[in-house]
Amino acid sequence: MGRRVAIVGTGQTYHKSHRPDVTSREMINEAVTVALADAELTIRDIDAIVIGNMDHFESINYVDAYSVEGSGGVMKPIMKVSTGGTTGATVAIAAYYHVASGLFERVLAIGFEKNSESDTTGAIITCSDPVWDRFSYSGAIPSLATEATAYMEKYGATQEDAALIGERDRNNAMNNPFAHLHRPLSVADIMNSPMLAYPIKLGDICPRSDGACACVLAADGVAQKIAKRPAWFKAAAVRHTYTWFGDSTDYNKGLVSMQRASKDAYAQAGITKPVDEIDVAELYLPYTWAGLKWIEDIGFCGPGEAAKFVGERNTHMGGKIPINPSGGVISTNCIGATALLRVAEAAIQVMGKGGARQVPDVKNALATGFGGCFWSDVVILSTERP
Amino acid sequence: MSTDNVQVERLESVFSCPMPYEWSIGLYGSRFFQEIKQNRRFVGIRCKGCGKVYVPPRRVCGPCFEELTELVTLSDTGVITAFSVVNYPFIDPNTGSQRPIPYTYGYIKLDGADNIFSNIINETDLSKIKVGMKVRAVFKDAAEMEGNIQDIKYFDILG
Ligand SMILES: [Zn+2]
Repeated sequence: MGRRVAIVGTGQTYHKSHRPDVTSREMINEAVTVALADAELTIRDIDAIVIGNMDHFESINYVDAYSVEGSGGVMKPIMKVSTGGTTGATVAIAAYYHVASGLFERVLAIGFEKNSESDTTGAIITCSDPVWDRFSYSGAIPSLATEATAYMEKYGATQEDAALIGERDRNNAMNNPFAHLHRPLSVADIMNSPMLAYPIKLGDICPRSDGACACVLAADGVAQKIAKRPAWFKAAAVRHTYTWFGDSTDYNKGLVSMQRASKDAYAQAGITKPVDEIDVAELYLPYTWAGLKWIEDIGFCGPGEAAKFVGERNTHMGGKIPINPSGGVISTNCIGATALLRVAEAAIQVMGKGGARQVPDVKNALATGFGGCFWSDVVILSTERP
Repeated sequence: MSTDNVQVERLESVFSCPMPYEWSIGLYGSRFFQEIKQNRRFVGIRCKGCGKVYVPPRRVCGPCFEELTELVTLSDTGVITAFSVVNYPFIDPNTGSQRPIPYTYGYIKLDGADNIFSNIINETDLSKIKVGMKVRAVFKDAAEMEGNIQDIKYFDILG
């Protein structure tokens, strides 16, 4: 294990479908300013920066340079990390590596996206292989929908089972002043929403948001002086698989990258019974079915048991393991920031700064990133210095 | 000179030009399309390390990190492992115009292969398509083939 590292400050913008009032670099600056204020630091205290967003999206591919005055990176060590939907979590993990290595004391992790500046579906299509997959691929929705059809066939889960995830997350978003969609949805609303790609309906899928998120990470010895209750990294795991859909979508095996990343994370954190030992989870669930299938892959319940586990309200606020107190990805999705928001929200829970969305007495919080092509990142944060 | 900081109409800058690219398909990828064109059949490639047969054929088995050399002929039939009927309008970055909808995006396990092949299934009626159904590839006429993935018209549900 490297040097111990904690998150000591977080910042996020409010999220909307369109922010014509700011450029990306100005939007980034909003999140960075809030994160620095949260940590009671200034940009002069920051030793290095890791920043990321989705390649192709705004057609600005050297965002580390493009955004330099917004991020505070003028004449500082700054790197871009971009790994598709997992970008935000990978940015957090890369910043963690920076501090854990012993080379940097205080590092900023930044994720952002202005979905309004591009055609999100067109941009996501360019993430698929140009020779083999691109002609038939139509963005995130159908590739996720295929997973849902396979899951329904295998375990008999229903569209209503999935819709309960949407109802849960959209209700939770009402407690989060930063969430993009502030309108609750019921199972019936979701069932009655337009069919986009069977079995995914409008109410089952995440929105396109503009927004940015930043976290301040600090080294052991420094972190305790900055934050009353730092959110210590207990685990950080990254697993990436193929990008060809045919190689990463053996649904009989489940989401293998999530299985492997969570297994690695639990081993790092010394966790053997995730549901008992983790107090809250902020999961990158871009569509409702993920809230069933992927919590099996992450070990919150057994294969095929998710509909029952969620149906018994174990994952609602007040349940055994509340998932997505923030409202999750189904309520807010500024893609390059989305997975960093999961990490930031997990840190907020550990630091006890969640306000109306706070889960009581959080010791361990788990965050995930999902994206690329069925890729997974897992982070576990804790009040306890490992 | 000074200027008052008053609110003004917010402006946007628009870019909408085509950007051409040229992608190499590689030795085995080219062979795959040539086999469709000349022999109307699929080929895959077997890994000597793990025994897995990949389609389309490629040079390296990722998990084994071994060079692949053993091409194998595959059937034009397979089984649907997952599908979705795409029902929303969107701009296709390949063409710059709207892709015709609805169409069915499917994952197919070809007989003889160990991984999955993504393609179009020629059925958009949800009451007539199910995971586990058998399908067969329908190729274009040889004269229309261009040596790309769309030389496969689609997969037809059998029976
Ligand atoms: Zn192999």
